[in-house]
Amino acid sequence: MRYAFYPGCTLHGTSKEYYESTRQVFRALGVELEEIRDWNCCGATALAAASDLGSLVVPLRNLAIAEETKLELAVACNCCFMTLRRSLEAFRGDPARRAQMESALAAVGRHFAGKVEVRHILDILVNDVGLPEVERLAGDALKNYKSVPYYGCQISRPKNPYFGTELPDQLDDLLRAVGLDVPQFDRKTKCCGAALMTSHEGAALDLVAEILDEAHRRGADFITVTCPMCQLNVEAYQGKVNARHGTRHRIPVLYFTQVLGLAFDIAPLRLGLGRHMVSPKGLLVRRQKEAVQ
Amino acid sequence: MTTPETFEPKIVGFLCNWCTYAGADLAGVSRLKYPPNVLPVRVMCSGRVEPELVLKAFWEGADGVLISGCHPGDCHYIEGNYKTLRRKELLDRLLEQFGIEKERLRLTWVSASEGDLWARVVTETVEAVRRLGPLGRTRDRLQSCDGILAADLPAGGCCHGEHPAAEGGGTGGR
Amino acid sequence: MSAPDARIGVYVCHCGTNIAGTVDVPAVRDFAAGLPGVVVARDYKYMCADPGQDLIKKDIKELGVNRVIVASCSPRMHEPTFRRCLQLAGLNAYYFEMANIREQVAWCTADKAAATKKAQALVRGAVARVPYHEPLEERTSPVCPVTLIVGGGVAGIEAALKIASSGNKVWLVEREPSIGGNMARFDKTFPTLDCAACILTPKMADVGRHPNITLLTYSEVLEVSGFIGNFEVTIKKRARSVRHGVCTGCGVCYSKCPTKVPSEFDVGLGERTAIYVPFPQAVPNVPVIDREVCRQFTKGKCGICQKVCPAGAVDYEQQDEIIKEKFGVIIIATGFEVFDPSLAPQYGYGRYPDVYTALQFERMTNASGPTTGRVVCRNGQEPKAVAILHCIGSRDKNYYPYCSRVCCMASVKAAHLAKEKSGGAEIYEFYIDMRTFGKQYEEFYNRVQEEGVHFIRGKGAEVIEKDGRLVVHAEDTLLGLYREVPVDMVVLNTALIPHADAGRVAQIFNIQRSQDGFYLEAHIKLDPMKTATEGVYLAGACQSPKDIPDSVAQGAGAAAEALQRIVAGEVVISPVTCAIDADRCAGCRMCIPLCPYTAITFNAEKGVSECNEALCKGCGTCVASCASGAARLKHFDQRQLLAQIEGVAAS
Repeated sequence: MRYAFYPGCTLHGTSKEYYESTRQVFRALGVELEEIRDWNCCGATALAAASDLGSLVVPLRNLAIAEETKLELAVACNCCFMTLRRSLEAFRGDPARRAQMESALAAVGRHFAGKVEVRHILDILVNDVGLPEVERLAGDALKNYKSVPYYGCQISRPKNPYFGTELPDQLDDLLRAVGLDVPQFDRKTKCCGAALMTSHEGAALDLVAEILDEAHRRGADFITVTCPMCQLNVEAYQGKVNARHGTRHRIPVLYFTQVLGLAFDIAPLRLGLGRHMVSPKGLLVRRQKEAVQ
Repeated sequence: MTTPETFEPKIVGFLCNWCTYAGADLAGVSRLKYPPNVLPVRVMCSGRVEPELVLKAFWEGADGVLISGCHPGDCHYIEGNYKTLRRKELLDRLLEQFGIEKERLRLTWVSASEGDLWARVVTETVEAVRRLGPLGRTRDRLQSCDGILAADLPAGGCCHGEHPAAEGGGTGGR
Repeated sequence: MSAPDARIGVYVCHCGTNIAGTVDVPAVRDFAAGLPGVVVARDYKYMCADPGQDLIKKDIKELGVNRVIVASCSPRMHEPTFRRCLQLAGLNAYYFEMANIREQVAWCTADKAAATKKAQALVRGAVARVPYHEPLEERTSPVCPVTLIVGGGVAGIEAALKIASSGNKVWLVEREPSIGGNMARFDKTFPTLDCAACILTPKMADVGRHPNITLLTYSEVLEVSGFIGNFEVTIKKRARSVRHGVCTGCGVCYSKCPTKVPSEFDVGLGERTAIYVPFPQAVPNVPVIDREVCRQFTKGKCGICQKVCPAGAVDYEQQDEIIKEKFGVIIIATGFEVFDPSLAPQYGYGRYPDVYTALQFERMTNASGPTTGRVVCRNGQEPKAVAILHCIGSRDKNYYPYCSRVCCMASVKAAHLAKEKSGGAEIYEFYIDMRTFGKQYEEFYNRVQEEGVHFIRGKGAEVIEKDGRLVVHAEDTLLGLYREVPVDMVVLNTALIPHADAGRVAQIFNIQRSQDGFYLEAHIKLDPMKTATEGVYLAGACQSPKDIPDSVAQGAGAAAEALQRIVAGEVVISPVTCAIDADRCAGCRMCIPLCPYTAITFNAEKGVSECNEALCKGCGTCVASCASGAARLKHFDQRQLLAQIEGVAAS
């Protein structure tokens, strides 16, 4: 299995651990990820506020590059997944819009025929690789742990054919396949506040508090995420949430690929587990102790 | 001289009474607007539509023909629409023999409750035929009108007493 | 009369401004006047009204008009009106043709010039065709006076009783082991809070013992053929495994049955045994064995019910019976299903134990239900607060766009019952709009408001669990606040939807469906019982969601439709049938297998095919296949259609 791969800005920057763990896990599963050449920022959600056409055309360039590989395009970050898909659907929709996008793309000497599918790596792992294969490689490392699956909002909204809008279950199933106890988690697609954390910090902190509170109520040892934005907001701001709400949250927030990597017995440092702001050290120490016993 | 933009195709539509005709009525009751290029001829069942009727329409100057009946499985007469489906396959080949693009003949299924679908079907059919351009005088393209069309009609029917060979103009070996 | 003798009168209708507002009526009239064969062309405001019809009659008498064209609305609207007009003037009804310049021209065309041109083309088509019309005589066919009613809910029961009490025979076929339908599940009915069983069971009992009603429960219609007055229906009477005439209804069998499964009647909240009656007041009060779960059938060991039955009524060898019967008219009263809210997981159904559908809640509040009428959570405790949510699956682009009509009242009723039977819990009702439209419905709503139920105008968006309670999130649009309301129980008012097999059933009875999947009526305002298939009528929620008063009214209406046919004793059969010209027929027999009604047979003596016009429905499929042109469909024959095509397509 081979896929073109779009890492986006964060995977080579602030969420390098997501990149590292994704590489490790895909290699272990024998799936090739070919990073596309000369990719540009997807524009995330900020660009749409400045220019609607711009927010459609900027990701389009990446799609055009990906189309040349004739492979499906794998994406790890929810925001990139959403913006690339949005651009693709706009291209395939209204002909007048398409014409605008085509001429903008032509201005940078590129051409796009609309023949690319954008897939989130979670979808690829669950549906293409399949849970039995994941289970086969997973050891018992995570058997006594509990985690809540936090999908974030942009993986399932706006409506797309890959993930259920309200309560998707692919991540729940994947985590169970590696032996984790996964309780019901009603906040699984609730917004983390995203960029509001910079402009309306209080409101965003309240949203993060809801997620942390429920994770705590469900007795989770750590929260599993699929998106760098979510990971940042839910992990890095726990101190501020505690100050604001009088709580004492200190719960690690791991990328699901890191979780898979731990299940596959890949060394924690190779999975970027040394880069976290809420250290997962406690988890790892406990795991070692149990392994010894 | 009609240009692609100004060419208004003429399309004869055979609508089955129970489904498409009712659906077209519903489109009208709902005041949905669609192009006026389709001239409806009511039949009780799309299964009544035979090749001679389709060819007659082209002969008389239609640029396109639309046959529309009940969805498969829902025919008021149980299976008439299945026969239409089979006949269409043969008709397509027959039309090509005559030099008429088979895309000028369309077969659709529109039920009595699908007024909006009817409006869409008409709009799409008109655009498709418009893109194909005018059929031209079919009489000029056919080598002879013996047999198929002239047989039963009394004077005053088809051809109005004139033989097409007597008419000049048009393309095709005359 | 052959073509040259045709003296055509063309009448173009304004229909007020319906046509005249878009089509240049005088221009169409003048155009018609110049067409070959037309001796008079007129226009009038309302051709279907008496003065309009008088114009036609006058011209027939004074000008010798012998063919009539009316350019107005759809023939599906007024063809019968004008045909009658011709008959009254002494002209054969089939010398008439309509050009539909309203529904299919004026109402759907934006450009007036183009609309006028199209109208003229259609008139020219009609004028070209009508000289070839032949005089046709309608014939009659006797109506078998027995009615088949499919579905034993309240609409079917009402129809059955009305027809039976008129002295005519009815067969009522019901799929479940008992009649009663969904209404039998309800506790109290709005707006009077009448007990559903109390008002329904007397009617059910009447059906059970009425001499004119043959009741077949646990039975299904397999096949229907024939036509109005003369339907031939095949019914499968499933094996109950209990002898109907012998069983005394004592109930010992199900009290001893060791197998327990979830009860369908209790919507999964309670249990039933393998041999069971669905509810105590079942009609007939004869149990049924569910062979898929019964140990005797699945494992070959048990036999307890047979041993304990004092009447010896249990019969494991009983087989399904296939019954073929003739009926004159058929009434479809198959009712509705409810939307499964596990398809909308945000409401918590199936994930949290105390989220119920409204139908389940009915069973809970019902005194003969699984909790003997107490409103309690799964843990047996009374809830301190209950949330009732409207529009789950209804008015929702993601599921069903329509409004299910009954749920606002059902919710208000549930709120009242919840307050009463939960020992005084706080009740919160989340609604988008309050649709309490019927007689005494608004008054009931006011009463429940005064009982202290909290009404929140904002659809319940989701149900989550927090600190051991269920929390409903909603925007209270009257207060302008986002609210999170903690409760112990949630009741979801789910959409009323067509049965899952409605498509298959529609094909069996040859009826059509609306876009929402319910069965299609002939006219949504004026003819809600008739379908496009003569002799098949609709009653109750299978046509569209409705409450009990409306179901009863429509059931009685369908009975009137049926009785109209039965009392008339005969039906007029359309003369639009196929005749095969023996002189032209080559005896190739291509047509015979094509006829869906097996109306064509081969006369070996003469070597030609012959069409039985009593069986022929006039579809024309054989005509289209006839290589020699021997098969002719009256009123849609080749000459007529070719002329019409010429007329519409001419430039």
